[in-house]
Amino acid sequence: MILKRIQLGSYIIIGILLILCFRLWQLQILDGDKYKRLSEDNRLRILKTPAPRGIIYDRNGTPLVKNIPFFSVSITTDNFRGIDTGSLAALLGLTKKEVEEKLNKKDNSPFVPVKLKQGLSFGEIARIEARRSDFPGLFVETDVGREYLFGKVGAHIIGYLGKITAYQLNNPELRYFPPDALIGQWGVEALFDNQLRGMPGERIIEVDALGRELRMIQERPSVKGTDINLSIDINIQKAVEDAFGEKAGALVAIKPDSGEILALESLPSFNPNIFSMGIAYNDWKAIMEDKKKPMLNRAVQSQYPPGSTFKIITAIAALEEGIINPDTKINCTGGINYGRWTFGCWKKGGHGPVDFHRAIVESCDVYFYELGRRLGIDKIYKYATAFGLGRETGIELIPVKERKGLIPNAEWKKEKKRLPWYLGDTFISAIGQGYITATPIQMALMTATFANGGKIYKPSLIKIDQSPSGIINLKPETIKMIKEALSGVVNDPNGTAQGARSSLTVIAGKTGTAQVVGKKKGLSGERFMDHAWFVAFAPVDNPEIALSVFVEHGGGGGAVAAPIAKRAIEAYMKSKNGQEAIGKRQ
Amino acid sequence: MLKIDRRLIKNFDWITFLIVISLAIIGIMTIYSATRPPLGVGEHPDFYLKQILWLFISTAVLFVVVSIDYIWLYRISYPLYGLGLLLLLIVIFGGRTSMGAQRWLSIGPISFQPSEFFRIFFILVFSSYLTNMGRNSVDKISMKSLFIFGILPLILLIKQPDLGTAILLMSLFVVLSLSKGISKKIITVIVIIGLISIPFLGHIFWEGLKDYQKNRLVAFIDPDVDPAGIGYHINQSKISVGSGGFFGKGYLKGTQGPLRFLPEKHTDFIFSVFAEEWGFAGSILLLVIYLMLFLRGLDTAMRAKDEFGRLTALGITAMFFVYFCVNIGMTLGIMPVVGVPLPFVSYGGTALLSNFIAAGILINIRTRRFELFYP
Repeated sequence: MILKRIQLGSYIIIGILLILCFRLWQLQILDGDKYKRLSEDNRLRILKTPAPRGIIYDRNGTPLVKNIPFFSVSITTDNFRGIDTGSLAALLGLTKKEVEEKLNKKDNSPFVPVKLKQGLSFGEIARIEARRSDFPGLFVETDVGREYLFGKVGAHIIGYLGKITAYQLNNPELRYFPPDALIGQWGVEALFDNQLRGMPGERIIEVDALGRELRMIQERPSVKGTDINLSIDINIQKAVEDAFGEKAGALVAIKPDSGEILALESLPSFNPNIFSMGIAYNDWKAIMEDKKKPMLNRAVQSQYPPGSTFKIITAIAALEEGIINPDTKINCTGGINYGRWTFGCWKKGGHGPVDFHRAIVESCDVYFYELGRRLGIDKIYKYATAFGLGRETGIELIPVKERKGLIPNAEWKKEKKRLPWYLGDTFISAIGQGYITATPIQMALMTATFANGGKIYKPSLIKIDQSPSGIINLKPETIKMIKEALSGVVNDPNGTAQGARSSLTVIAGKTGTAQVVGKKKGLSGERFMDHAWFVAFAPVDNPEIALSVFVEHGGGGGAVAAPIAKRAIEAYMKSKNGQEAIGKRQ
Repeated sequence: MLKIDRRLIKNFDWITFLIVISLAIIGIMTIYSATRPPLGVGEHPDFYLKQILWLFISTAVLFVVVSIDYIWLYRISYPLYGLGLLLLLIVIFGGRTSMGAQRWLSIGPISFQPSEFFRIFFILVFSSYLTNMGRNSVDKISMKSLFIFGILPLILLIKQPDLGTAILLMSLFVVLSLSKGISKKIITVIVIIGLISIPFLGHIFWEGLKDYQKNRLVAFIDPDVDPAGIGYHINQSKISVGSGGFFGKGYLKGTQGPLRFLPEKHTDFIFSVFAEEWGFAGSILLLVIYLMLFLRGLDTAMRAKDEFGRLTALGITAMFFVYFCVNIGMTLGIMPVVGVPLPFVSYGGTALLSNFIAAGILINIRTRRFELFYP
């Protein structure tokens, strides 16, 4: 009987072995390909290698940014539960809760590294490397980060890098980028991102179960991004930043014969370096809630009445329309009466009889009221809009949207205010007050257009050789007379902008004041000081730089804004002659 | 006691010997491959060297075991069993803990798992117990002996916990009792009692399991529950085996072991490494070698000259077979992960030694099948 049972045992053994053979056949033959793929997935990992970003240079070839390694620490492990989260948190300077949240995220797949912290300092890296053996699978990754060599200077133009947003990840162009890559999010970094960012490379590497790289199987090298040469001159930007000091405002300088932006500063500015290193939420909140609004690009987003700087337009209109000749004299008695109202000149006693040149040099309001009366609002509107006021200049800045200011006329007032147009409206329009508003870049563009004799260019942030988008036919006589007058504003002994007088070049310009509403109500203090304007170009005979300065609560244009313009123009002249250059491309 | 005569050499069971030697060599080759440093750079861990050393020791001990007439084993089976129980007790109170289980005992520089030897002592003592029972009292396995040979060792093993050996002991108890011949009535009663008590036993059993054992059971039922956690062992093992395809990736070409995706690659999951490198063809060949071992073992049992020899040979064969099934089944994802080594192939000195001792007893029984007189 026992022998029979042993016999039976041998059948059982053979039967079970057949089952095992069947299972082997199932795994190795039937599903062999699937498991082969899975084993490759196990061992091969595709790593993106960041492409060095293109360098941004200023017009003189001075690098404005530097690529720096951007370190982050990640962990790969087959079992997150085995990690001492408390001491890991202490090592990384995070809270235990933060670390655990990151490790326990639902979509964490095995062996896919979990990023724990970005933007590590060298000190942190040293600490992590020293204790790596305590945390198997912990490793430091390098991405391309940016250092902005001039900090706040030019930040509104240069912009900064930031993490790809969920929305941007949908962009097919960005599909080669890892989800936490840094791309341009502001300014030129964003505008030219597709040139600057290059193409990330790919490395297929063999890894072990802890994600350690063992060897490279295949590599597609990354392609460096294209360098960008901006039209701006960092020397001017820096001089402007210095000249403004603590004041808020903007300066836009344009090359009159090409539309290239030589400088565009908006102050207060922000430090792009804190953004590109993965800004902490509190820092971000502080910047966004700052009352001084550092993220507001005042050069293109602040619109205020241009004040007396607008008299250039009125003057052009008057000369072109032939309603005055150079010898026309108008008697300024300190004001002009119209109905129940008196429109005063800024000089209480009046200027007496003034001619064209003196009217501009001394900025006589009564003279321009009279010009306004003779021209009518439609003529003023025609010339103002011809010079690009009241519409976008077309400058491209991301994500900032330019505002377009306002040039009013009768239809506009009827439509928006449901009121008829009064002569008084024409008076204050003629001196750039009332409904008229403009942004600093519009005023700079207007000045440049006049300085080059009537050619309108689209402002450009990169060096460019473009033909004008429009030409205003001006009589040479008009140009000559106004240039002489604007030169007088700066250089005559009775000029309103003697603070802009320079020994390096002959500057021509015009001051302006945008009245702050509260002032009339007898309020005082800096909050209620008028905003100062100054537009200028130089050298007067063959202008190479045209600019506008706007100083919030700066008071009269001549006192505050003109010296800033002078500093900017002098910086341009010195930079052009190779003096005081901050640094040339090696 | 030592009696090496010509007949012993003439009748020596070379086939069993060659089978176990070749399995051990396959094991050493696979251990070498499984533990090689990735890319062949860096120091090669000396597991394979240790295993070679243990193979020499084990072979020597095998010959010593063969040279002793197995009747001596019959005579000292009870003291051996007592010693085994004592060692298990010592392990529980003074053993070394490794991988969540307290299985190791250190004597000077040598550390070993007493359960590796206890299972042989159990086969010997239970075989002699059944032999002594005689033909007539077959159906009367008393409560006392049930406790001594069944429940007591089970408690000691589960306490460690050593699930693998516990399963083995239960299987051996059943196999040996059945082959001795328990009446259909008793089997029916046991089966009915078993069915009724499954819920209760299941509860006690589940509560008694360590967390890692519960996890393994859960993972066995659904490996995709947590592929990085408890189901990981099973999934990676299936990937290793499956990726081998028909001819395998080639010797020293497997990736799952050296890159550490496969855990316990040179011990419990060594068959995965073998199957990855040698494929379906190699795996079938390995199964055939094992089949030869089992059939040879059963043949030895049938030819044994006495009942003790027969039962012992059967028990040893059953032991090899149970370990083989549990291990391969786990590797192929058709059995829960129970930490059981593949006999003769997995890395582990004491396991190899005890398996060689068991093989030595098998050879001993076959070699002496013509000796008619007890000395």
